[in-house]
Amino acid sequence: MSAPRPMLAEPVLSVRALRKEYQPGKPVLKDISLDFAPEGVTAIIGPSGTGKSTLIRCINRLVDPTAGDILLKGENLARLTGRDLRNARRRIGMVFQEYNLVERLSVMENILSGRLGYVSPWRAFLRKFPQADIDRAFALLDAVGLGSDFATRRADKLSGGQRQRVGIARAIMQEPALILADEPTSSLDPKTSVEIMELMGEIAKTRAIPIIINIHNVELAKRYASRIVGMTGGNVVFDGPPEALEKHHLSEIYGGEDWQ
Amino acid sequence: MTSTTQTSRPQAFPVNWPARLGWIALTLYALYAASTLDISWARLVRGIDQGATLLARMFPPNTAEDKLELIATGIFESLQIAVLATFFGILLSLPLGFAAARNLAPGWLSTAARGLIAVCRSFHPVIVSILFVKAVGFGALAGILALIVSTMGFVAKLFAEVVEELDPKPVEAVRATGASFLNVLVMAVMPQVMARFVGLTVYQFDSNLRNSTMVGIVGGGGIGAPLFTAYQRFDYDVVLTILLIIIALIMLCEFASARIRRVFQ
Repeated sequence: MSAPRPMLAEPVLSVRALRKEYQPGKPVLKDISLDFAPEGVTAIIGPSGTGKSTLIRCINRLVDPTAGDILLKGENLARLTGRDLRNARRRIGMVFQEYNLVERLSVMENILSGRLGYVSPWRAFLRKFPQADIDRAFALLDAVGLGSDFATRRADKLSGGQRQRVGIARAIMQEPALILADEPTSSLDPKTSVEIMELMGEIAKTRAIPIIINIHNVELAKRYASRIVGMTGGNVVFDGPPEALEKHHLSEIYGGEDWQ
Repeated sequence: MTSTTQTSRPQAFPVNWPARLGWIALTLYALYAASTLDISWARLVRGIDQGATLLARMFPPNTAEDKLELIATGIFESLQIAVLATFFGILLSLPLGFAAARNLAPGWLSTAARGLIAVCRSFHPVIVSILFVKAVGFGALAGILALIVSTMGFVAKLFAEVVEELDPKPVEAVRATGASFLNVLVMAVMPQVMARFVGLTVYQFDSNLRNSTMVGIVGGGGIGAPLFTAYQRFDYDVVLTILLIIIALIMLCEFASARIRRVFQ
């Protein structure tokens, strides 16, 4: 295991001894502790079923951790409930493997869903979003490479890559302190995967939003992440810059060597 | 060697014995029931004879002005009963359906809502009509109330099933933005289920229109009373006029509902 990276700034997110057991006595996450700097792309790699997705989902409490703390800018998300939890979630954007757009809604409505933590149900029902939000959604359509022509298209009419761009726009729409991405490229073809990773890298840089990405593709991870966390069997077994990730690390993470 | 591997291999399409026995039992019971109820070919032939006489006495349909006026009043009342019962029925079914959906509502609430739906579904609209006629007196109000009950029983139950089948992924994504429960309902759940809800509503309106012609027989208002009276007085030509108008109305409704459903795709 490589030496822990020095933290330059106060971490935006600190995961402390995070433990998750879906069945008592069978932990999926075994007391994970990680700090995340308020910038850059962190890639979490590891075999399927090793708890990467659970880790990401524990951070915004889509999954409730069994034990441990999750400090977002000092606030412990693991202890929050109800309105406090919802308010904390507003500061964490999330991008999904299967995009998770509302298929029957337009692209604009899907992007504006990112503001649902801030509008009343009545205004949401009437689609009376603040004009500033609508303007920003149009700007985001351009920023993610779709253009304002897409605003009124229904989400189910889009290709996979286009849907993921909408998913990313929805996450940025939250003006989050942090974006979580759960295998954002796993449902996409290789070329589109690169484009989506490119876009995420650009967002992390130009908008100064730290991004944590679960990813299967080690090559993409090394290319676009400034830090790589390798997990296996619910433990972190590698944590360092992409240059430090060597063959024996990969063998330890994924087991065996033939596939390399 | 080959033979041993073949015998140890499971069948590609194993027989589902419980299902097969079930079908056999159903067939046997149907044959038994038919034999005890004296359903025979001779009985059927005798019945068809009588039917022919009835049809002959129906033609031509009665178009006397006073009859038409009476029929028009009844038909319009039936239509009003159907519209009002559908409107208020679906208004109540929407929250009831959400409450009954096990993937959204807490256990105690969905159990209670399912209980209420089961009560609404227990009785035929005509039975419920009789109850309401006794409770609120003769007239359209009793018919409307009865059909509201049956609308709730049908729409809320099927709507709850639609809600339970929804795709949880967009719901999770919207929840992850920090949206409140109601906002999740508005932006992630409703878009997924509203088209089906409109479909159910239109279907139920069809059904209410048909049932509204019937609640009148027990005093619930609408065309049912004149129809029943005409039958009992052997005015079969009037019966035919009423039946033709009802058929036209139902077909018109069918046509309109197809249109409406297309709009909400």
